[in-house]
Amino acid sequence: MNFKLIFSIARSLLLARWRQTLVAAIGVTFGIATFVALLSFMTGLNNLLDGLILNRTPHVRLYKEIKPSEQQPVSVSGLFNGFYNFISSIKAGDNRLEIYNNGFIMQALKKDPRIRGFVPRITAQVFFNNGTVDINGIINGTDAEEETRLFGFSQYIIEGRAEDLQQIPNSIILGIGLAKRLQVHIGDMVNITTPAGDRYRLKVIGIYQSGVNEYDKVQSYATIKTTQKILGKANNYITDIAIKTRDIRTAPAIAREYAKLFDTDAEDIQTANAQFETGSSVRLTISYSVGITLLIVAGFGIYNILNMMIYEKMDSIAILKATGFSGADVKRIFITISLSIGSFGGLMGLIFGFLLSKGIGHIPFTTPALPTVKTFPINYNPLLYSIGIVFSLITTYLAGYFPARKAGKVDPVIIIRGK
Amino acid sequence: MDTPIILEARHISKKFYDPSEFTVLSDISFSINKGEFVSVVGKSGCGKSTLLYILSTMDTDYEGELVIDQESMADKKEKELAKIRNDKIGFVFQFHYLLNEFTVLRNIMLPALKQDRFSEKEIEEKARQKLEMLDMGKLANKKPNKLSGGEKQRVAIARALINEPHIIMGDEPTGNLDKKNSEIVFDIFQRLSTEFNKTLLIVTHDNSFASRTNRLIEMEDGRIIRQ
Repeated sequence: MNFKLIFSIARSLLLARWRQTLVAAIGVTFGIATFVALLSFMTGLNNLLDGLILNRTPHVRLYKEIKPSEQQPVSVSGLFNGFYNFISSIKAGDNRLEIYNNGFIMQALKKDPRIRGFVPRITAQVFFNNGTVDINGIINGTDAEEETRLFGFSQYIIEGRAEDLQQIPNSIILGIGLAKRLQVHIGDMVNITTPAGDRYRLKVIGIYQSGVNEYDKVQSYATIKTTQKILGKANNYITDIAIKTRDIRTAPAIAREYAKLFDTDAEDIQTANAQFETGSSVRLTISYSVGITLLIVAGFGIYNILNMMIYEKMDSIAILKATGFSGADVKRIFITISLSIGSFGGLMGLIFGFLLSKGIGHIPFTTPALPTVKTFPINYNPLLYSIGIVFSLITTYLAGYFPARKAGKVDPVIIIRGK
Repeated sequence: MDTPIILEARHISKKFYDPSEFTVLSDISFSINKGEFVSVVGKSGCGKSTLLYILSTMDTDYEGELVIDQESMADKKEKELAKIRNDKIGFVFQFHYLLNEFTVLRNIMLPALKQDRFSEKEIEEKARQKLEMLDMGKLANKKPNKLSGGEKQRVAIARALINEPHIIMGDEPTGNLDKKNSEIVFDIFQRLSTEFNKTLLIVTHDNSFASRTNRLIEMEDGRIIRQ
């Protein structure tokens, strides 16, 4: 097949009608640019909003829930085998919040290839003393380094540094709401009282803002060691293990497996935050529909222009066929024209889309809920650009296919005899 | 017979069904030998153009058999027929059908580029030779819409010759030309026949043109009445 010839014929037909061609290409450019800009912005916003909760939420959380034993003595005992037992208002017994055997569990997690990482945590209920007033709060004992690697902990520290937690003994990072209520700043000391009545003094080394106000009013962070000391527990006391998987979709299966294997409670992210995925997918669907609609409109533009071109060039088509070009050759010429419009318009669209999203990315966007964000979030994912160019080629191919097929079927005899 | 048969029509018939059944050609049989300069004459509507388009392989809706260069055209696919037109048949129509997007030279080169047998350089050289032969060397780089009617028709002839076809077919090639240009075109055909031993089949209603060819096929009402 002589593609060079077909390409040169297509090119000269295009250049002979370059104004129309340009209009068609601009249609595609507009469609692709809007598509790219819209999706960059939408997915950027989606990632930001999802990240607000999802990034900080472990994919699988292992914990121990306080609940009454499912096997009550009366049903275990052989004495009452033949009876129905009714017990109302069962209370939990002497249960511990601790995850048993956590050393073994953590070793097993380290070996599991599906796991990206995990952070052991301790949750401790305490009172922060502000003069005579006690404020209810929670201290999360954690490993700041791993917490940053897996859950972007340091992004939410608006004052101070997350690493200091590990280095400065008896230190604490307070939620911004909590710090305000306690009237403390970095370097100040806070007094806390544990439920058991012990009192401690901790040094504030950072302020934390998650963007969820309720959360920031009660949460604070300390190291695992500090928290164990406050609670008066041994150094193997862990209440939570927050796991991040490599593939979030595997989380429910892994949660079920671990619950059985380690005899703990396990909650996966999908169960904990089902509504977020719905929101993201709806926003994404809307953006894609708008983008694709624009491309279809551009496709109709190309269809029209090619149709007109074919009517204008009937004579040329007839003579090409008379001198030995087959219907398939003629079809290829017009599809080449269409695809050239598509690829040129598409590439321009990618460039303009990139510039447009750059522009959007400079629009100020400040909200107290998102301390690290100053402008609209833009997702510069190359995948969006690939989808854009593929879409532009598909629509222009389809738009060109039908006129091209018609051109291929032109009967030269009818044209030539009609003169 | 020493000279081989280039083209043979065997019992070719064709009917139109629209608006009502009408026989355009009935049982046409003849053959053309290499080097012959044949003209087909007849009144308007006698079916001579229809016959030419069947012989050119562009019209495939007929009964009977067409043999070009010892090869039957029956049961050939559209693509194969296109190849035969490209390799073996050169066309000159009443209207020139040059592509205004290309230069004169490029227009002439197109069928050869499609044939893809020679390199682009060789094809360009050949196209220049054809133009020189027709005294048009200086027009090579002009666009066809800058040419006069006679010049356009001569370019169309050069295009018909580029692939060294077995037969050159013409459908009223002088129909749109004045006396002087008609003479020029006839002289070219005459030269092709005598000097280069080309085979020509020309449909015309110009009697002075037809009378000067080697052989005359006269048609009436879809039949050959004299040949």
